[in-house]
Amino acid sequence: MYVAVKGGEKAIENAHRLLAEERRGDRQVPELTIAQIKSQMTLAVDRVMTEGSLYDRDLAALAIKQARGDLMEAIFLLRAFRTTLPRFAMSEPIDTTNMKARRRISSTYKDLPGGQMLGPTFDYTHRLLDFSLMDDGNETQAEQDQNADPDADLPRVTTILNHEGLIEQERPDDEDAPVVDLTREPLDFPAGRDARLQNLARGDEGFLLSMGYSTQRGYGITHPFAGEIRMGEVEVEIVPEDLGFPVVIGEITVTECEMINQFKGSATQPPQFTRGYGLTFGHGERKAMAMALVDRAMRAKELGEEVVAPAQDEEFVLYHSDNVEASGFVQHLKLPHYVDFQGELEMVRNLRKEQIEQQQMLKAGE
Amino acid sequence: MSSVKSPCSQQQQPGFFDQNKDRQAWMGLLARASKTTLEQVWQDLSERPEYGMLRAPETGMVMVRARAGGEGGRFNLGEMTVTRCVVRTADGRMGQSYVAGRDHRHAELVALFDALLQNPERRDQLNRDLLEPVRAAIEEKRTQNTRKAAATKVDFFTMVRGED
Repeated sequence: MYVAVKGGEKAIENAHRLLAEERRGDRQVPELTIAQIKSQMTLAVDRVMTEGSLYDRDLAALAIKQARGDLMEAIFLLRAFRTTLPRFAMSEPIDTTNMKARRRISSTYKDLPGGQMLGPTFDYTHRLLDFSLMDDGNETQAEQDQNADPDADLPRVTTILNHEGLIEQERPDDEDAPVVDLTREPLDFPAGRDARLQNLARGDEGFLLSMGYSTQRGYGITHPFAGEIRMGEVEVEIVPEDLGFPVVIGEITVTECEMINQFKGSATQPPQFTRGYGLTFGHGERKAMAMALVDRAMRAKELGEEVVAPAQDEEFVLYHSDNVEASGFVQHLKLPHYVDFQGELEMVRNLRKEQIEQQQMLKAGE
Repeated sequence: MSSVKSPCSQQQQPGFFDQNKDRQAWMGLLARASKTTLEQVWQDLSERPEYGMLRAPETGMVMVRARAGGEGGRFNLGEMTVTRCVVRTADGRMGQSYVAGRDHRHAELVALFDALLQNPERRDQLNRDLLEPVRAAIEEKRTQNTRKAAATKVDFFTMVRGED
């Protein structure tokens, strides 16, 4: 039970002023601009958009500035803002196969049609601090391959595997069937793949990373390979009711990961590879990979595997993945609980008293 | 999915379906045009029409859908901001827009050009002054991205690449 408290208005107001001053930092240093955050802290912006579940680079940058770089707080701000906006439409499903990829790799095939492009990656960097970034004037230009074909096809690795029929197929659902929307309806169990994927897409990267890692270490083993990771731009199309035909409203950047997992087969299915899927707004590769691992782990029941590990337990994963909910519940503990605590204090005193009395009675009886 | 095509090629016969198809193409192009470009072309128009708002610019969201495995069952990935607007020009044409982001002026300009492009007498000029440059800008950006990505192409197991 939480009993409300009153008072503290002046202190709260002053605390917020102090927060604003500390946010601004050293007045000798120019104030951080939204444009700077948007263009130079891009991966922070991407994470805030993904877990804040709202693609808007300006708003994510603003949230990061307001939250003093606390990304979870920024995610909370974005989630709160989205509740103030009406929803105009649902998009047509984005077509990631026709993504204009800026990065595309596979750990399963070295020679795949369309090639492997490392793109702007931290992979293969030495993870040594680069002291040249201590100063301004970093104007490196990327190399360009003038012979590149912007219209070249990039077939999915899973499609290539399917030529041998060795991987399960993803089949489109019935277009008239409803799609679960966790922003409008509560989580219900057993959760369908649509609910699970939406929950994971909004879920905390750190939590999913640990859950994915746990499957690799043996808690619900899935034998994964990164079949394909791609990052780039896709068009978003809607069919406005007042127009009746599809229109492109813009492009968004997304990162997609398809994990390929060994599967020994079951009574109804032959041995084959199975799939786990991860998708994020922006460039969110670690998150997309973790999501794909956990998505596959949670398919245990569907594939007739024994549910033995936390990552395979959909209630455990889906109820604890959201950092806005988790942070809210953990952090509410610091709000005044004075009446609660007085009650507990009284109870412990009484228990102690009873125990002493009992001991005295036992002693007297000896 | 529609791509960056020239929306009003000469070969097309005018007709209801073509009109919708053309309109679909130019609305997609205009939504991806920069506001600066749209504003510039608007200001440079020899005759700017009188217009009124049927629906003032309004910002909301679109829920972005995706498919499991890229091709399977649909799921809701997350929302994005979008701004819509409906204008009516003095000659009675209704222009509409749905533009990613929260920029009201951007949505207003897209709706205006949507109305203007429905006028066959204006179309050739706007195609030349606005849509072609917008299409070229989008293609240029894509080409740059592709070239930069292509320069990072790897072959992990073969030590010699096909270069001199």
